[in-house]
Amino acid sequence: MKGLSKDRLWAMAVLAPSILLIAIFVYSFIARTVYVSLTDWGNDPAQALAIDPIIRWVGFQNYQELFTGFLQGRFRQELVNTLFFTLFFILGCLGLGLGLALILDRNPRGEGLWRTVFLFPMSLSFIVTGTIWRWMLQPQGGVNQAPTLVGAPPSTFGWLSSNDAVLKFDWNALPLITALVVGVVLIVLAVRAAREGQRTRMVVAAACAALLLLWAVFIGPRVKLLAAPELHGFNFAMIGIIIAAVWQMSGYTMALYLAGLRGIPEELREAARVDGANDASMYRHVIFPLLSPITLSAMIILGHISLKIFDLVYAMAGPDNISASVPALNMYLTSFRQNQFALGAAIGTILLILVAFVIVPYLASQFRGEEGHS
Amino acid sequence: MKKALLIVAALATTSSALAAGKLEIFSWWSGDEGPALEALIKLYKQKYPSVTVDNATVSGGAGTNAKAVLKTRMLGGTPPDSFQAHAGQELIGTWVVANRMEDLSSLFQSEGWNKVFPADVVKLISTDKGIWSVPVNVHRSNVLWYNPAKLKEWGVSVPKTWPEFLSTCATLKSKGVAAPLVVGENWTQQHLWENVMVGTLGAQNWENLWNGKLKFTDPKVVAAFTTFNKVMDCANKDASGLSWQQASDRVVSGQSAFNVMGDWAAGYFTTTKKLEPGKGFGWATAPGTAKTFVMLADSFGLPKGAKDRAEAIAWLKVLGSKQGQDTFNPLKGSIAARTDSDLSKYNTYSRSAATDWKNSKIVGSMAHGAVAPESFTSAFGAVIDQLVATKNSAGAAAAAQQLATRAGIGK
Repeated sequence: MKGLSKDRLWAMAVLAPSILLIAIFVYSFIARTVYVSLTDWGNDPAQALAIDPIIRWVGFQNYQELFTGFLQGRFRQELVNTLFFTLFFILGCLGLGLGLALILDRNPRGEGLWRTVFLFPMSLSFIVTGTIWRWMLQPQGGVNQAPTLVGAPPSTFGWLSSNDAVLKFDWNALPLITALVVGVVLIVLAVRAAREGQRTRMVVAAACAALLLLWAVFIGPRVKLLAAPELHGFNFAMIGIIIAAVWQMSGYTMALYLAGLRGIPEELREAARVDGANDASMYRHVIFPLLSPITLSAMIILGHISLKIFDLVYAMAGPDNISASVPALNMYLTSFRQNQFALGAAIGTILLILVAFVIVPYLASQFRGEEGHS
Repeated sequence: MKKALLIVAALATTSSALAAGKLEIFSWWSGDEGPALEALIKLYKQKYPSVTVDNATVSGGAGTNAKAVLKTRMLGGTPPDSFQAHAGQELIGTWVVANRMEDLSSLFQSEGWNKVFPADVVKLISTDKGIWSVPVNVHRSNVLWYNPAKLKEWGVSVPKTWPEFLSTCATLKSKGVAAPLVVGENWTQQHLWENVMVGTLGAQNWENLWNGKLKFTDPKVVAAFTTFNKVMDCANKDASGLSWQQASDRVVSGQSAFNVMGDWAAGYFTTTKKLEPGKGFGWATAPGTAKTFVMLADSFGLPKGAKDRAEAIAWLKVLGSKQGQDTFNPLKGSIAARTDSDLSKYNTYSRSAATDWKNSKIVGSMAHGAVAPESFTSAFGAVIDQLVATKNSAGAAAAAQQLATRAGIGK
């Protein structure tokens, strides 16, 4: 009975309500959504909004529909959009944030003012940011009129309405591309294991890589997800949205980096100088390695924001603009305009899995770190 | 403590006194359409002065935002007392099939509405189980708007068919008009699409599309999709960012020559922009639809479980009355659904529409929920967007056919 001291009882009593609430409002709702995504709720309009709808279990049919169904090309384009958006959004925020932090770290005049100026966009909601940037990116206004200030003709770039895309690939090649990417990663792991002299790990990784690559060479090209080729790529219409998102969030990464830079002890810099490091090599070998944990946490936070983004896209591109749409928007339209609750739940579940890919490794490393300290 | 209780009691009595005569009206009539609704509410208040009217308007073209809010409230068990819905399949395919609406047959009987509303309209709002809504107005979807002064300046006349439209478009482009046709956000493109379809296929084939006799994948229909692509080549490239009002503004300013929009544009031109019909703006039936009236109607229904049912029924009675319709429609730019309306109250445009209403073939609009259920119309937005991006007529037609099958059209 040592475990049930008064302190412990108190702690459990205080924690119980929040554990209970989280169990109901987070985890049971997640479970419910996953369950709904495996049913046919809403596929029959007459049952969708009835008071006692008849709902049948259909297994993974909704997921199959999303990835291979003829009508769901929009969802596949959105997945590709999300991929590119996440990539460029994180790169943009990290790059710009680090740049600004490095400048501010040199103690320019009016530093406090600059800090506020750069951090300010974060206090706006994405809807406000989206509305402002939609005005500025109008085909005949704002940014496109900027060249006229220096006498040049106005630009005609369709920031949000362009249908052009680069880096296009056929959706049918998706299994092939995935196999190749995973294969290459496994080869890298194998090489690394070989260098560290871990034989078993090397053999397993190399064998898996060989299997995947063999599959990719001999069977992969013949796999057809869709009847006809379907091209998806990075749409230029996403550029405007990426700019707005970077504008909003780069101040936040700046603040993170600035805190990190200020946390580096002056002695380390001095030691580096004494060892004959110039500015460039001091940043490269001393400061940037010390900032890498900050980069990781910034990537995690930006990553889950970008996967779940909805309001910014809704405000800037509108709900029906496929070239600049994201899965969250589709989930809203599918569930609440077309009343296809099961299909919407399936999109929601896919989003949850994507976010989990980002969050779970982070949480795991956090827990491991904490245990290490205690 | 006693004091607090007293205050609570006092508050409770006042709020219940207010609740005694309350009516919540849920619609998407805001902005330019707001004054027409206000006039109607004023009329209601004259008749029922003790009732507090709560005007719960959710703005957004064609009700896209309002419908989402409505769904939340209906599913949450707090339906508004009476809500706006496009007459026809939009209400029937969403809420009537789900058994959420009250049958209004007895109200139609007692008010004698079966005689004053055209049989076509009553058919549109009924199923074999009852009559589901009270139509307030009739709108025409197939209208081509233009700027008479600018057309004269450019030396072109109003095209009568879609091929003629395309050649007019080429002429205008050669005269330096970058976008002879102006379109706006997605639903206005769907609106244009249905006009091209009716104008190319004819009214009978259009009806057959929705009763399942004609497939979207039929070569005729695919060819009409191709015509739509060519028409879109005449249009502005920044469409997705424009509301229908902003698109109409470009016709007024002379930046574009034509705009295909429903006749609520007449209300916008005359009431908001203070333009004179025939001078500041001109109109014709959309190309190829001369003897056809593509209609849609706004209507109000009575959801099951409405809190203030008696007040809501009184509201429906005002809506269906001659006085109510003649108060509302001249301001809204639509015509009365009743056949006995007082045409002297209407402007030049509406009088011409009312004449056509009597001697044209009447078909329903897809973009505005008359012939297709919401599950089709909403998903069709993505098909149009894909079509505009890729110009792939056959693909879009095949997708439309799959949507139609899924939505149970032609069953």
